[in-house]
Amino acid sequence: MTDRLPGFSTLAVHAGAQPDPTTGARVTPIYQTTSFVFNDADHAASLFGLQAFGNIYTRIGNPTTAVLEERIAALEGGTAALAVASGHAAQVVVLQQLLMPGDEFIAARKLYGGSINQFTHAFKSFGWNVAWADPDDIGSFERAVTPRTKAIFIESIANPAGSITDIEPIAEVARKAGVPLIVDNTLATPYLIRPIDHGADIVVHSLTKFLGGHGNSLGGIIVDGGTFDWSKDNKYPMLSEPRPEYHGIRIQETFGNFAFAIACRVLGLRDLGPALSPFNAFMILTGIETLPLRMQKHCENAKAVAEFLAGHSAVASVNYAGLASDKYNKLARKYAPKGAGAVFTFSLRGGYDAGVNLVSNLKLFSHLANVGDTRSLVIHPASTTHSQLDDAAKVRSGAAPDVVRLSIGIEDKEDLIADLEQALSA
Amino acid sequence: MNHDAYDDNYIRSILSSVKSIAMIGASPVNVRPSYFAFKYLAQRGYDMIPVNPGHVGKSLLGKPFVASLADIGRPVDMIDIFRNSSHIMPVVDDALTLSPPPKVIWMQLGARDDAAAEKAEAAGLKVVMNRCPKIEYGRLSSEISWMGVNSRTLSSKRAPIPTQGMRLSLNRMSVGGGATAASDRAAKNKSEPT
Ligand SMILES: Cc1ncc(COP(=O)(O)O)c(C=O)c1O
Repeated sequence: MTDRLPGFSTLAVHAGAQPDPTTGARVTPIYQTTSFVFNDADHAASLFGLQAFGNIYTRIGNPTTAVLEERIAALEGGTAALAVASGHAAQVVVLQQLLMPGDEFIAARKLYGGSINQFTHAFKSFGWNVAWADPDDIGSFERAVTPRTKAIFIESIANPAGSITDIEPIAEVARKAGVPLIVDNTLATPYLIRPIDHGADIVVHSLTKFLGGHGNSLGGIIVDGGTFDWSKDNKYPMLSEPRPEYHGIRIQETFGNFAFAIACRVLGLRDLGPALSPFNAFMILTGIETLPLRMQKHCENAKAVAEFLAGHSAVASVNYAGLASDKYNKLARKYAPKGAGAVFTFSLRGGYDAGVNLVSNLKLFSHLANVGDTRSLVIHPASTTHSQLDDAAKVRSGAAPDVVRLSIGIEDKEDLIADLEQALSA
Repeated sequence: MNHDAYDDNYIRSILSSVKSIAMIGASPVNVRPSYFAFKYLAQRGYDMIPVNPGHVGKSLLGKPFVASLADIGRPVDMIDIFRNSSHIMPVVDDALTLSPPPKVIWMQLGARDDAAAEKAEAAGLKVVMNRCPKIEYGRLSSEISWMGVNSRTLSSKRAPIPTQGMRLSLNRMSVGGGATAASDRAAKNKSEPT
């Protein structure tokens, strides 16, 4: 008998969760505790020595959080996952396993503004150097590879303009260079795109956005694709060499195809400390149960709003990959056939001032620095998220002064369109 | 048998039916993967026999080491080989001289010898390669989910509370059957298993 493969929506509700062993509670309980008692001294030693499966301390792992981890690993088709306090924390923990001071990684230029800042400034003080490449020019990734390159980092659907990245040829560049491809899948979620199926080795998310989906909890996650051989040369000593902090264990040899997730937990999270609160894990888990329904509605609304804006006289252009006329429509149809996401930008004929005006005239859209909420959101990136970049860099990353970014919620689309209509004519 | 991706039911049937396991290359060094696996399987109720000629006279968690399979002196259900791929064939040859022969040959994570597997299968044995029985037991019982690992199984039944020495239920609904994960494809594409 061959096992039947449950669908995505079934996994979104069930993966990782099981009625509680002690109480029978059907919903995953919030294990709001810092620590867990050991059975005896030998059990404690086995847990600390990574010899047994089990809980020690919530900075290293927690049963509520573990359900979230397994659920997202299942939705992404990965071997394991590690949840952390935020999307940014996920990025630090991933790169800490891969880079030593003086090493480099290649990142797509079209990224969330906060990631551009983190890579350019914060990581510089760790001695991790970023080389930028243009996601619309695969050759720019190839040209950026050097002997010190340790990873390639891209977004599947890129912030802020919702452009679609051609993941497969970039995965091929990574494969040839012998480095893992890391994909930030925040804006797509595994419902729209599963990067591991397209050649990614590691997926990261800000759970703060569509996965949690309700704008109430920060969170991040790292998914191990189980696809990369960390021991084939000496490039990744955190995984291939004996670890002094665990009496000489080699992480890949011991944990096989989920070694990367374990390294992130026992070398990254344990020592750097950005643990997710079990309460946030619970909120995000609850959000994920409706991910497929919400993403369908987000995408349907986004398309309707984009079409409305494309026909409006005050609008100079709309960047939404779901529109047939869009530059990224072909890639959207290949990678995200169920919908092109719900974050996109448009530019106004009236420039910077018109952008500022629009934001202040909207009544239903909320002006704030987030995306992926049930509520519709608006921001003017040039004066906020991307304000630290110079003008040329703003344009390069899709945040020119006349650009407004929307994150379309799951309200009635007629109400969203009416709000934009009144604000554009105010 | 497709040795690139095992159906969960195949692994499940092996782990649910075998009772005694001889571990070739078991190490008394407590940071070696073989030590972890030996200890875990003993705690889950398997009758474990450490086989390592370098340690005869000593014992591992109370079980005396034997030098070779022939020295065990009683039937064993499964042979778990903690040696690299180039040392598999002689072990299989030895195993096939046992009477009765074992039911299962299991090669550890990273170890694979297709010719040895074929020989064992021709003699009616089941073979698993490049897998760890500790990880597979933890995955199918979902005990491993405590570490965020994708067990690729679901269950709506109340979970047992794992205690020392307890056998866990492996009878959960499988999600992928092991056949579709990108990691299995990667393992297959890896030209040279180490
Ligand atoms: C694509 C993307 N990646 C990462 C992040 C950072 O996530 P967090 O705010 O959870 O640290 C964000 C946040 O806006 C994002 O949009």
